[in-house]
Amino acid sequence: MEKKPEHNIKAYGNNFTTMTPGPFAVKMRTCVIWQFLRFLAINIKMIVVVRKSH
Amino acid sequence: MARLVVLGGGVSGHTAATFAAKWLGSAHEVVVVTPNAKWNWIPSNIWVGVGEMSKEEVTFDLAPVYAKAGIIYHQAKALGIHPEGNETSDKPYVVVESTEAGKVGKIENIEYDYLINATGPKLNFAATPGLGDANGLGEFTVSVCTADHAVHASHELQKCIEKMRKGERQKFLVGTGHGMCTCQGAAFEYIFNIEHELNKAGVRNMADLKWISNESFLGDFGVGGLHMNTMGFAVSSKIFAESLYTERNIDWVIGAHVNKVEAGKAHYELLDGTMGEESFDFAMLIPPFAGVGLKAISKTGEDITTTVFAPNGFMKVDANYNAGSYENWKASDWPKTYQNPTYKNMFACGIAFAPPHPISKPMSSPNGTPITPTPPRTGMPSGIMGKVVAQSVCDRILHGADAPLHEASMAHMGAACVASAGKGLFTGTAAAMTIYPVVPDFEKYPGTGRDLDYTFGEIGLAGHWIKHILHHLFIWKAKLKPGWTLIPE
Ligand SMILES: Cc1cc2nc3c(=O)[nH]c(=O)nc-3n(C[C@H](O)[C@H](O)[C@H](O)COP(=O)(O)OP(=O)(O)OC[C@H]3O[C@@H](n4cnc5c(N)ncnc54)[C@H](O)[C@@H]3O)c2cc1C
Repeated sequence: MEKKPEHNIKAYGNNFTTMTPGPFAVKMRTCVIWQFLRFLAINIKMIVVVRKSH
Repeated sequence: MARLVVLGGGVSGHTAATFAAKWLGSAHEVVVVTPNAKWNWIPSNIWVGVGEMSKEEVTFDLAPVYAKAGIIYHQAKALGIHPEGNETSDKPYVVVESTEAGKVGKIENIEYDYLINATGPKLNFAATPGLGDANGLGEFTVSVCTADHAVHASHELQKCIEKMRKGERQKFLVGTGHGMCTCQGAAFEYIFNIEHELNKAGVRNMADLKWISNESFLGDFGVGGLHMNTMGFAVSSKIFAESLYTERNIDWVIGAHVNKVEAGKAHYELLDGTMGEESFDFAMLIPPFAGVGLKAISKTGEDITTTVFAPNGFMKVDANYNAGSYENWKASDWPKTYQNPTYKNMFACGIAFAPPHPISKPMSSPNGTPITPTPPRTGMPSGIMGKVVAQSVCDRILHGADAPLHEASMAHMGAACVASAGKGLFTGTAAAMTIYPVVPDFEKYPGTGRDLDYTFGEIGLAGHWIKHILHHLFIWKAKLKPGWTLIPE
Protein backbone atom coordinates (compact mmCIF):
# COMPACT_ATOMS: atom_id res chain seq x y z
CA MET A 1 0.00 0.00 0.00
CA GLU A 2 1.31 3.43 -0.96
CA LYS A 3 2.18 5.52 2.08
CA LYS A 4 -0.07 8.56 2.42
CA PRO A 5 0.66 11.60 4.64
CA GLU A 6 -2.11 10.65 7.06
CA HIS A 7 -0.34 7.37 7.75
CA ASN A 8 2.25 9.39 9.65
CA ILE A 9 -0.33 10.49 12.24
CA LYS A 10 0.16 8.80 15.58
CA ALA A 11 -3.02 8.35 17.57
CA TYR A 12 -2.93 10.67 20.59
CA GLY A 13 0.63 11.68 19.67
CA ASN A 14 1.93 15.18 18.87
CA ASN A 15 0.36 15.24 15.44
CA PHE A 16 -3.00 13.58 16.12
CA THR A 17 -5.01 16.81 15.71
CA THR A 18 -3.40 18.12 12.54
CA MET A 19 -4.66 18.12 8.97
CA THR A 20 -2.76 16.30 6.23
CA PRO A 21 -3.00 16.80 2.48
CA GLY A 22 -4.60 14.20 0.26
CA PRO A 23 -2.86 12.77 -2.83
CA PHE A 24 -4.36 15.42 -5.13
CA ALA A 25 -3.10 18.32 -2.99
CA VAL A 26 0.36 16.74 -2.81
CA LYS A 27 0.44 16.14 -6.58
CA MET A 28 -0.52 19.74 -7.33
CA ARG A 29 2.47 20.98 -5.36
CA THR A 30 4.82 19.82 -8.09
CA CYS A 31 2.44 19.91 -11.07
CA VAL A 32 4.38 22.17 -13.43
CA ILE A 33 1.39 23.77 -15.18
CA TRP A 34 -0.46 24.54 -11.94
CA GLN A 35 2.73 25.72 -10.27
CA PHE A 36 3.50 28.03 -13.18
CA LEU A 37 0.14 29.71 -12.57
CA ARG A 38 0.87 29.84 -8.83
CA PHE A 39 4.29 31.31 -9.65
CA LEU A 40 2.57 34.23 -11.39
CA ALA A 41 0.02 34.64 -8.59
CA ILE A 42 2.59 34.50 -5.77
CA ASN A 43 4.85 36.98 -7.56
CA ILE A 44 2.00 39.46 -7.87
CA LYS A 45 1.10 39.04 -4.18
CA MET A 46 4.74 39.48 -3.14
CA ILE A 47 5.25 42.54 -5.32
CA VAL A 48 2.19 44.14 -3.70
CA VAL A 49 3.60 43.53 -0.20
CA VAL A 50 7.09 44.67 -1.23
CA ARG A 51 5.65 47.91 -2.69
CA LYS A 52 3.55 48.48 0.41
CA SER A 53 6.69 48.12 2.57
CA HIS A 54 8.99 50.54 0.75
CA MET B 1 33.66 66.41 2.59
CA ALA B 2 31.69 64.21 4.99
CA ARG B 3 32.51 60.63 5.84
CA LEU B 4 29.99 57.86 6.48
CA VAL B 5 31.40 54.75 8.10
CA VAL B 6 29.34 51.56 7.82
CA LEU B 7 30.25 48.76 10.22
CA GLY B 8 29.34 45.38 8.73
CA GLY B 9 29.05 44.44 5.07
CA GLY B 10 26.18 41.95 5.35
CA VAL B 11 22.64 42.28 4.02
CA SER B 12 21.84 45.53 5.83
CA GLY B 13 25.27 47.23 5.79
CA HIS B 14 26.00 46.38 2.16
CA THR B 15 22.62 47.81 1.15
CA ALA B 16 23.25 50.97 3.19
CA ALA B 17 26.80 51.47 1.89
CA THR B 18 26.10 50.84 -1.78
CA PHE B 19 23.07 53.16 -1.87
CA ALA B 20 24.90 55.83 0.13
CA ALA B 21 27.86 55.68 -2.29
CA LYS B 22 25.48 56.06 -5.23
CA TRP B 23 23.59 58.98 -3.69
CA LEU B 24 26.61 60.82 -2.29
CA GLY B 25 28.85 60.46 -5.34
CA SER B 26 32.53 61.25 -5.10
CA ALA B 27 32.03 64.48 -3.11
CA HIS B 28 31.80 62.47 0.12
CA GLU B 29 33.34 59.28 1.48
CA VAL B 30 31.66 55.99 2.26
CA VAL B 31 33.81 53.57 4.25
CA VAL B 32 32.86 49.95 4.98
CA VAL B 33 34.51 48.05 7.82
CA THR B 34 33.73 44.34 7.70
CA PRO B 35 35.86 41.35 8.69
CA ASN B 36 35.12 39.04 5.78
CA ALA B 37 36.75 39.26 2.36
CA LYS B 38 33.64 37.73 0.83
CA TRP B 39 29.97 38.63 0.78
CA ASN B 40 27.65 35.73 1.57
CA TRP B 41 24.04 35.29 0.45
CA ILE B 42 23.19 33.63 3.76
CA PRO B 43 19.75 32.18 2.83
CA SER B 44 21.38 29.87 0.27
CA ASN B 45 23.71 28.44 2.94
CA ILE B 46 20.86 25.97 3.49
CA TRP B 47 21.56 24.48 0.07
CA VAL B 48 25.31 24.45 0.75
CA GLY B 49 24.53 22.55 3.95
CA VAL B 50 22.93 19.71 2.00
CA GLY B 51 25.52 19.66 -0.79
CA GLU B 52 23.23 21.24 -3.42
CA MET B 53 25.38 24.36 -3.82
CA SER B 54 29.05 25.13 -3.34
CA LYS B 55 30.48 27.84 -1.14
CA GLU B 56 31.60 29.65 -4.30
CA GLU B 57 28.01 29.87 -5.53
CA VAL B 58 26.84 31.74 -2.41
CA THR B 59 29.81 34.08 -1.90
CA PHE B 60 31.83 36.61 -3.89
CA ASP B 61 34.80 38.90 -3.26
CA LEU B 62 33.85 42.27 -1.81
CA ALA B 63 36.97 44.25 -2.79
CA PRO B 64 36.23 44.60 -6.56
CA VAL B 65 32.60 45.51 -5.88
CA TYR B 66 33.56 48.24 -3.42
CA ALA B 67 36.28 49.48 -5.77
CA LYS B 68 33.67 49.80 -8.53
CA ALA B 69 31.28 51.64 -6.21
CA GLY B 70 33.97 54.03 -4.95
CA ILE B 71 33.63 52.71 -1.40
CA ILE B 72 36.69 52.61 0.84
CA TYR B 73 36.90 49.07 2.17
CA HIS B 74 38.63 48.02 5.38
CA GLN B 75 38.74 44.28 5.90
CA ALA B 76 38.62 44.61 9.65
CA LYS B 77 36.36 44.20 12.62
CA ALA B 78 35.25 47.14 14.69
CA LEU B 79 36.20 46.93 18.34
CA GLY B 80 34.88 50.15 19.80
CA ILE B 81 33.16 53.43 19.10
CA HIS B 82 34.33 56.78 20.47
CA PRO B 83 31.26 58.90 19.68
CA GLU B 84 32.69 62.02 21.37
CA GLY B 85 36.23 61.68 20.03
CA ASN B 86 38.99 61.72 22.62
CA GLU B 87 40.84 64.19 24.80
CA THR B 88 42.75 65.66 21.87
CA SER B 89 39.95 65.84 19.29
CA ASP B 90 36.14 66.15 19.21
CA LYS B 91 35.95 64.08 16.05
CA PRO B 92 34.15 60.76 16.64
CA TYR B 93 35.94 57.63 15.51
CA VAL B 94 35.85 53.85 15.54
CA VAL B 95 38.69 51.57 16.49
CA VAL B 96 39.11 48.67 14.09
CA GLU B 97 41.35 45.61 14.00
CA SER B 98 42.45 44.33 10.62
CA THR B 99 41.56 40.79 9.51
CA GLU B 100 43.27 41.15 6.15
CA ALA B 101 46.01 38.65 5.31
CA GLY B 102 49.38 40.19 6.13
CA LYS B 103 47.86 42.87 8.39
CA VAL B 104 45.97 40.71 10.89
CA GLY B 105 45.69 42.38 14.29
CA LYS B 106 46.72 45.85 13.11
CA ILE B 107 44.70 48.47 15.01
CA GLU B 108 43.50 51.63 13.31
CA ASN B 109 41.23 54.56 14.18
CA ILE B 110 38.74 55.68 11.53
CA GLU B 111 37.03 59.04 12.01
CA TYR B 112 33.43 59.54 10.94
CA ASP B 113 30.75 62.16 10.57
CA TYR B 114 27.99 59.54 10.46
CA LEU B 115 28.10 55.94 11.60
CA ILE B 116 25.85 53.04 10.61
CA ASN B 117 26.18 49.95 12.77
CA ALA B 118 25.11 46.92 10.73
CA THR B 119 27.30 44.34 12.42
CA GLY B 120 24.58 41.67 12.55
CA PRO B 121 24.70 38.96 15.19
CA LYS B 122 27.42 37.30 17.19
CA LEU B 123 26.65 33.60 16.90
CA ASN B 124 26.63 32.95 20.63
CA PHE B 125 27.44 29.22 20.67
CA ALA B 126 29.00 29.67 24.11
CA ALA B 127 25.55 30.31 25.66
CA THR B 128 24.84 26.57 25.65
CA PRO B 129 27.51 24.29 27.08
CA GLY B 130 28.64 21.86 24.41
CA LEU B 131 27.16 23.84 21.52
CA GLY B 132 30.40 25.72 21.19
CA ASP B 133 32.51 28.30 22.93
CA ALA B 134 33.74 31.85 22.47
CA ASN B 135 35.68 30.67 19.42
CA GLY B 136 32.58 29.36 17.70
CA LEU B 137 30.90 26.09 16.84
CA GLY B 138 31.61 23.05 19.02
CA GLU B 139 32.50 19.52 17.98
CA PHE B 140 29.14 17.78 18.55
CA THR B 141 26.81 19.69 16.25
CA VAL B 142 26.87 21.42 12.89
CA SER B 143 25.63 24.86 11.78
CA VAL B 144 24.55 26.53 8.55
CA CYS B 145 24.92 30.11 9.79
CA THR B 146 28.04 30.78 7.70
CA ALA B 147 29.08 29.37 4.34
CA ASP B 148 32.03 27.55 5.96
CA HIS B 149 29.77 26.04 8.61
CA ALA B 150 27.42 24.90 5.86
CA VAL B 151 30.24 23.18 3.93
CA HIS B 152 31.14 21.30 7.12
CA ALA B 153 27.46 20.41 7.72
CA SER B 154 27.19 19.02 4.20
CA HIS B 155 30.23 16.75 4.75
CA GLU B 156 28.76 15.44 8.01
CA LEU B 157 25.42 14.83 6.29
CA GLN B 158 27.13 12.82 3.55
CA LYS B 159 28.80 10.67 6.22
CA CYS B 160 25.36 9.91 7.70
CA ILE B 161 23.97 9.07 4.28
CA GLU B 162 26.85 6.62 3.73
CA LYS B 163 26.12 4.97 7.07
CA MET B 164 22.43 4.63 6.17
CA ARG B 165 23.38 3.07 2.85
CA LYS B 166 25.30 0.48 4.87
CA GLY B 167 22.19 -0.23 6.94
CA GLU B 168 22.91 1.93 9.99
CA ARG B 169 19.85 3.91 11.17
CA GLN B 170 20.54 7.63 11.82
CA LYS B 171 18.76 10.19 13.94
CA PHE B 172 18.68 13.85 12.89
CA LEU B 173 17.92 16.60 15.39
CA VAL B 174 17.43 20.12 14.01
CA GLY B 175 16.16 23.33 15.59
CA THR B 176 17.27 25.88 18.15
CA GLY B 177 20.11 25.39 20.59
CA HIS B 178 18.88 27.67 23.39
CA GLY B 179 15.66 29.02 24.89
CA MET B 180 16.29 32.54 23.56
CA CYS B 181 17.05 31.80 19.92
CA THR B 182 15.67 33.43 16.82
CA CYS B 183 16.05 32.28 13.19
CA GLN B 184 13.72 29.27 13.50
CA GLY B 185 13.01 29.75 9.78
CA ALA B 186 16.55 28.74 8.83
CA ALA B 187 16.36 25.57 10.93
CA PHE B 188 12.92 24.85 9.42
CA GLU B 189 14.43 25.07 5.95
CA TYR B 190 17.34 22.88 6.90
CA ILE B 191 15.32 20.01 8.36
CA PHE B 192 13.06 19.87 5.30
CA ASN B 193 16.02 20.08 2.93
CA ILE B 194 17.67 17.20 4.77
CA GLU B 195 14.45 15.21 4.48
CA HIS B 196 14.29 15.96 0.75
CA GLU B 197 17.93 14.90 0.24
CA LEU B 198 17.44 11.67 2.19
CA ASN B 199 14.54 10.83 -0.10
CA LYS B 200 16.67 11.58 -3.12
CA ALA B 201 19.45 9.38 -1.76
CA GLY B 202 16.94 6.57 -1.21
CA VAL B 203 17.66 6.31 2.52
CA ARG B 204 14.68 8.13 4.05
CA ASN B 205 13.40 4.89 5.58
CA MET B 206 16.65 4.63 7.56
CA ALA B 207 16.29 8.06 9.16
CA ASP B 208 14.40 9.51 12.12
CA LEU B 209 14.03 13.28 12.00
CA LYS B 210 13.13 15.43 14.97
CA TRP B 211 12.57 19.14 15.34
CA ILE B 212 13.41 20.83 18.65
CA SER B 213 12.69 24.49 19.24
CA ASN B 214 11.93 27.22 21.73
CA GLU B 215 8.65 28.11 20.02
CA SER B 216 5.59 27.68 22.26
CA PHE B 217 3.75 26.34 19.22
CA LEU B 218 4.96 24.97 15.92
CA GLY B 219 4.88 27.74 13.30
CA ASP B 220 5.57 30.59 15.76
CA PHE B 221 8.80 31.51 13.87
CA GLY B 222 9.55 34.23 16.43
CA VAL B 223 6.76 36.42 15.10
CA GLY B 224 4.03 34.97 17.30
CA GLY B 225 2.92 32.88 14.32
CA LEU B 226 0.71 34.33 11.62
CA HIS B 227 -2.79 33.79 10.36
CA MET B 228 -3.17 33.33 6.64
CA ASN B 229 -6.14 33.86 4.45
CA THR B 230 -6.80 30.40 3.00
CA MET B 231 -9.98 29.20 1.29
CA GLY B 232 -12.05 31.74 3.16
CA PHE B 233 -10.57 30.89 6.57
CA ALA B 234 -8.04 32.75 8.69
CA VAL B 235 -5.76 29.78 9.35
CA SER B 236 -2.92 29.78 11.90
CA SER B 237 0.61 28.95 10.79
CA LYS B 238 0.47 26.29 13.53
CA ILE B 239 -1.99 24.28 11.43
CA PHE B 240 0.18 24.55 8.33
CA ALA B 241 3.41 23.77 10.16
CA GLU B 242 1.98 20.74 11.99
CA SER B 243 0.53 19.52 8.72
CA LEU B 244 3.86 19.77 6.89
CA TYR B 245 5.83 18.11 9.69
CA THR B 246 3.32 15.28 9.76
CA GLU B 247 3.29 14.89 5.99
CA ARG B 248 7.07 14.63 5.91
CA ASN B 249 7.09 12.41 9.03
CA ILE B 250 9.11 14.75 11.23
CA ASP B 251 8.40 14.59 14.95
CA TRP B 252 8.75 17.67 17.15
CA VAL B 253 9.59 18.90 20.65
CA ILE B 254 8.61 22.52 21.25
CA GLY B 255 8.87 24.97 24.13
CA ALA B 256 12.39 23.62 24.69
CA HIS B 257 15.47 25.32 26.06
CA VAL B 258 18.45 23.21 25.07
CA ASN B 259 20.74 23.64 28.08
CA LYS B 260 23.58 21.24 27.32
CA VAL B 261 24.94 19.32 24.37
CA GLU B 262 27.19 16.27 24.58
CA ALA B 263 28.41 13.81 22.00
CA GLY B 264 25.20 12.43 20.51
CA LYS B 265 22.89 13.92 23.12
CA ALA B 266 21.05 17.20 23.73
CA HIS B 267 19.60 17.99 27.16
CA TYR B 268 16.65 20.33 27.43
CA GLU B 269 14.12 21.92 29.76
CA LEU B 270 10.52 22.35 28.65
CA LEU B 271 8.07 25.16 29.31
CA ASP B 272 6.29 22.94 31.84
CA GLY B 273 9.57 22.65 33.78
CA THR B 274 10.29 19.01 32.93
CA MET B 275 13.75 18.02 31.77
CA GLY B 276 14.47 15.71 28.88
CA GLU B 277 17.17 14.53 26.56
CA GLU B 278 17.26 13.69 22.90
CA SER B 279 19.88 11.51 21.26
CA PHE B 280 21.20 12.24 17.78
CA ASP B 281 23.69 11.15 15.18
CA PHE B 282 23.53 14.52 13.41
CA ALA B 283 22.38 17.79 14.95
CA MET B 284 22.06 21.32 13.62
CA LEU B 285 21.03 23.64 16.42
CA ILE B 286 20.92 27.39 15.74
CA PRO B 287 22.81 29.34 18.43
CA PRO B 288 21.28 32.35 20.18
CA PHE B 289 22.27 35.72 18.76
CA ALA B 290 23.89 38.58 20.66
CA GLY B 291 25.48 41.86 19.64
CA VAL B 292 29.05 41.54 18.39
CA GLY B 293 30.46 43.09 21.57
CA LEU B 294 31.35 46.60 20.46
CA LYS B 295 32.46 48.92 23.26
CA ALA B 296 31.58 52.60 23.50
CA ILE B 297 34.03 54.99 25.13
CA SER B 298 33.46 58.62 26.13
CA LYS B 299 35.78 61.54 25.45
CA THR B 300 37.39 61.07 28.85
CA GLY B 301 37.97 57.37 28.30
CA GLU B 302 35.02 56.24 30.41
CA ASP B 303 33.19 53.07 29.33
CA ILE B 304 29.73 54.15 28.13
CA THR B 305 28.81 50.84 26.50
CA THR B 306 25.61 50.56 28.57
CA THR B 307 24.51 54.00 27.35
CA VAL B 308 24.88 53.08 23.71
CA PHE B 309 24.10 49.36 23.74
CA ALA B 310 21.37 47.23 25.35
CA PRO B 311 22.49 44.41 27.70
CA ASN B 312 22.28 41.91 24.80
CA GLY B 313 24.93 43.94 22.95
CA PHE B 314 22.63 45.38 20.28
CA MET B 315 22.65 49.14 19.73
CA LYS B 316 19.89 51.25 21.26
CA VAL B 317 17.80 53.15 18.73
CA ASP B 318 14.51 55.08 18.77
CA ALA B 319 12.53 52.16 20.25
CA ASN B 320 10.47 52.17 23.43
CA TYR B 321 12.59 50.06 25.77
CA ASN B 322 10.25 50.63 28.72
CA ALA B 323 7.13 48.96 27.36
CA GLY B 324 7.00 46.55 30.29
CA SER B 325 4.95 43.37 30.16
CA TYR B 326 3.37 41.76 27.09
CA GLU B 327 -0.05 43.27 27.82
CA ASN B 328 1.42 46.77 27.37
CA TRP B 329 3.25 46.13 24.11
CA LYS B 330 2.30 48.30 21.19
CA ALA B 331 3.29 48.42 17.55
CA SER B 332 4.58 51.93 18.24
CA ASP B 333 7.28 50.50 20.55
CA TRP B 334 9.21 49.51 17.41
CA PRO B 335 11.82 51.92 16.06
CA LYS B 336 11.17 53.98 12.96
CA THR B 337 14.40 55.83 12.17
CA TYR B 338 17.02 53.58 13.84
CA GLN B 339 18.83 56.62 15.20
CA ASN B 340 20.73 56.24 18.45
CA PRO B 341 18.97 58.38 21.09
CA THR B 342 22.23 59.68 22.63
CA TYR B 343 24.44 60.21 19.59
CA LYS B 344 22.30 61.50 16.73
CA ASN B 345 24.91 60.76 14.04
CA MET B 346 24.81 57.03 14.84
CA PHE B 347 22.29 54.56 13.46
CA ALA B 348 21.86 50.79 13.72
CA CYS B 349 20.05 48.59 11.21
CA GLY B 350 19.41 44.92 10.50
CA ILE B 351 20.07 42.54 13.36
CA ALA B 352 22.40 45.08 15.02
CA PHE B 353 19.63 47.30 16.45
CA ALA B 354 18.20 46.46 19.87
CA PRO B 355 14.53 45.48 19.52
CA PRO B 356 12.23 46.87 22.23
CA HIS B 357 11.03 43.38 23.19
CA PRO B 358 10.24 40.05 21.53
CA ILE B 359 7.32 39.69 19.10
CA SER B 360 6.19 36.30 20.44
CA LYS B 361 4.63 36.35 23.90
CA PRO B 362 7.41 35.82 26.45
CA MET B 363 7.21 32.59 28.41
CA SER B 364 9.29 30.87 31.02
CA SER B 365 9.31 27.52 32.76
CA PRO B 366 8.23 27.17 36.43
CA ASN B 367 11.98 27.09 37.18
CA GLY B 368 12.23 30.63 35.83
CA THR B 369 14.04 29.72 32.62
CA PRO B 370 12.96 32.05 29.82
CA ILE B 371 11.92 30.06 26.74
CA THR B 372 10.88 32.59 24.13
CA PRO B 373 11.89 33.16 20.54
CA THR B 374 13.64 36.49 20.15
CA PRO B 375 12.47 38.64 17.24
CA PRO B 376 13.78 37.79 13.78
CA ARG B 377 15.04 40.54 11.50
CA THR B 378 15.00 38.74 8.20
CA GLY B 379 16.55 39.75 4.89
CA MET B 380 13.85 42.01 3.50
CA PRO B 381 13.37 44.17 6.63
CA SER B 382 17.16 44.28 7.14
CA GLY B 383 17.64 45.50 3.57
CA ILE B 384 14.86 48.07 3.81
CA MET B 385 16.24 49.41 7.11
CA GLY B 386 19.71 49.68 5.57
CA LYS B 387 18.37 51.67 2.64
CA VAL B 388 16.23 53.97 4.79
CA VAL B 389 19.07 54.72 7.19
CA ALA B 390 21.34 55.48 4.22
CA GLN B 391 18.68 57.85 2.87
CA SER B 392 18.53 59.68 6.21
CA VAL B 393 22.31 60.01 6.43
CA CYS B 394 22.63 61.15 2.80
CA ASP B 395 19.90 63.76 3.28
CA ARG B 396 21.67 65.10 6.34
CA ILE B 397 25.00 65.24 4.54
CA LEU B 398 23.54 66.83 1.41
CA HIS B 399 20.79 69.04 2.88
CA GLY B 400 21.96 69.84 6.40
CA ALA B 401 21.88 68.24 9.82
CA ASP B 402 18.18 69.06 10.31
CA ALA B 403 16.93 67.15 7.28
CA PRO B 404 14.04 64.91 8.35
CA LEU B 405 14.82 61.26 8.93
CA HIS B 406 13.27 58.52 6.82
CA GLU B 407 11.19 55.86 8.55
CA ALA B 408 10.79 52.10 8.20
CA SER B 409 9.16 50.54 11.25
CA MET B 410 8.80 46.76 11.32
CA ALA B 411 5.28 47.46 12.58
CA HIS B 412 4.43 49.18 9.28
CA MET B 413 6.47 46.96 7.02
CA GLY B 414 5.67 43.61 5.50
CA ALA B 415 8.05 40.82 4.65
CA ALA B 416 8.10 38.31 1.86
CA CYS B 417 9.71 35.06 2.98
CA VAL B 418 10.39 31.97 0.96
CA ALA B 419 11.36 28.97 3.09
CA SER B 420 12.88 26.16 1.09
CA ALA B 421 11.60 22.66 1.79
CA GLY B 422 13.82 20.91 -0.76
CA LYS B 423 15.79 21.85 -3.87
CA GLY B 424 15.07 20.58 -7.40
CA LEU B 425 13.91 22.19 -10.64
CA PHE B 426 10.85 19.92 -10.81
CA THR B 427 10.89 18.21 -7.41
CA GLY B 428 11.69 21.15 -5.13
CA THR B 429 9.20 22.88 -2.87
CA ALA B 430 9.21 26.00 -0.71
CA ALA B 431 6.74 27.76 1.50
CA ALA B 432 6.18 31.20 -0.01
CA MET B 433 4.77 33.62 2.55
CA THR B 434 4.04 37.26 2.98
CA ILE B 435 3.34 38.79 6.33
CA TYR B 436 1.98 42.27 6.87
CA PRO B 437 3.02 43.85 9.12
CA VAL B 438 5.99 41.93 10.54
CA VAL B 439 5.21 43.15 14.06
CA PRO B 440 1.53 42.51 14.75
CA ASP B 441 -0.59 45.56 15.42
CA PHE B 442 -3.53 44.34 17.47
CA GLU B 443 -5.08 47.80 17.66
CA LYS B 444 -5.22 48.21 13.91
CA TYR B 445 -5.91 44.56 13.07
CA PRO B 446 -7.86 43.14 16.02
CA GLY B 447 -7.56 39.40 16.61
CA THR B 448 -4.67 38.34 14.41
CA GLY B 449 -2.64 41.58 14.50
CA ARG B 450 -2.09 41.32 10.74
CA ASP B 451 -3.82 42.42 7.58
CA LEU B 452 -5.16 39.19 6.09
CA ASP B 453 -5.37 40.75 2.64
CA TYR B 454 -1.57 40.86 2.59
CA THR B 455 -0.67 37.84 4.73
CA PHE B 456 -0.70 34.56 2.88
CA GLY B 457 1.32 31.41 2.40
CA GLU B 458 1.44 28.29 0.29
CA ILE B 459 3.87 25.50 -0.39
CA GLY B 460 4.87 24.21 -3.78
CA LEU B 461 7.32 24.13 -6.66
CA ALA B 462 6.51 27.76 -7.53
CA GLY B 463 7.97 28.81 -4.17
CA HIS B 464 11.15 26.91 -4.98
CA TRP B 465 11.47 28.63 -8.35
CA ILE B 466 11.05 31.99 -6.62
CA LYS B 467 13.67 31.10 -4.01
CA HIS B 468 16.11 30.07 -6.73
CA ILE B 469 15.47 33.21 -8.78
CA LEU B 470 15.89 35.35 -5.66
CA HIS B 471 19.28 33.71 -5.04
CA HIS B 472 20.50 34.97 -8.43
CA LEU B 473 18.72 38.32 -8.22
CA PHE B 474 20.13 39.24 -4.81
CA ILE B 475 23.67 38.22 -5.73
CA TRP B 476 23.28 40.27 -8.94
CA LYS B 477 22.10 43.23 -6.87
CA ALA B 478 24.85 42.86 -4.27
CA LYS B 479 27.47 42.78 -7.07
CA LEU B 480 26.00 46.09 -8.33
CA LYS B 481 25.44 44.69 -11.80
CA PRO B 482 23.34 46.68 -14.30
CA GLY B 483 19.89 47.51 -12.97
CA TRP B 484 20.80 46.63 -9.35
CA THR B 485 18.88 49.57 -7.92
CA LEU B 486 15.67 48.31 -9.53
CA ILE B 487 15.73 45.07 -7.54
CA PRO B 488 13.84 45.70 -4.31
CA GLU B 489 15.34 44.76 -0.95
C1 LIG C 1 21.09 29.92 7.62
C2 LIG C 1 20.28 31.18 7.50
C3 LIG C 1 19.28 31.23 6.53
C4 LIG C 1 18.52 32.39 6.39
N1 LIG C 1 17.55 32.43 5.45
C5 LIG C 1 16.84 33.56 5.28
C6 LIG C 1 15.84 33.64 4.26
O1 LIG C 1 15.59 32.68 3.55
N2 LIG C 1 15.17 34.80 4.10
C7 LIG C 1 15.44 35.89 4.88
O2 LIG C 1 14.82 36.93 4.70
N3 LIG C 1 16.38 35.85 5.86
C8 LIG C 1 17.07 34.70 6.08
N4 LIG C 1 18.02 34.65 7.06
C9 LIG C 1 18.25 35.85 7.87
C10 LIG C 1 19.17 36.83 7.14
O3 LIG C 1 20.37 36.20 6.82
C11 LIG C 1 19.39 38.02 8.05
O4 LIG C 1 18.15 38.64 8.25
C12 LIG C 1 20.34 39.05 7.48
O5 LIG C 1 21.57 38.48 7.13
C13 LIG C 1 20.54 40.16 8.48
O6 LIG C 1 21.35 41.14 7.90
P1 LIG C 1 22.42 41.95 8.76
O7 LIG C 1 23.10 42.84 7.79
O8 LIG C 1 21.77 42.54 9.94
O9 LIG C 1 23.43 40.86 9.31
P2 LIG C 1 24.49 40.02 8.48
O10 LIG C 1 23.99 39.75 7.12
O11 LIG C 1 24.85 38.86 9.33
O12 LIG C 1 25.73 41.01 8.34
C14 LIG C 1 26.50 41.42 9.42
C15 LIG C 1 27.88 41.76 8.92
O13 LIG C 1 28.62 42.39 9.95
C16 LIG C 1 29.92 41.83 9.98
N5 LIG C 1 30.51 42.02 11.31
C17 LIG C 1 30.43 41.22 12.38
N6 LIG C 1 31.13 41.73 13.40
C18 LIG C 1 31.65 42.89 12.98
C19 LIG C 1 32.48 43.88 13.57
N7 LIG C 1 32.90 43.77 14.85
N8 LIG C 1 32.84 44.95 12.83
C20 LIG C 1 32.44 45.08 11.54
N9 LIG C 1 31.65 44.17 10.93
C21 LIG C 1 31.26 43.09 11.65
C22 LIG C 1 29.71 40.38 9.60
O14 LIG C 1 30.90 39.78 9.16
C23 LIG C 1 28.68 40.53 8.49
O15 LIG C 1 29.29 40.77 7.27
C24 LIG C 1 18.77 33.49 7.25
C25 LIG C 1 19.77 33.41 8.23
C26 LIG C 1 20.50 32.25 8.37
C27 LIG C 1 21.57 32.19 9.44
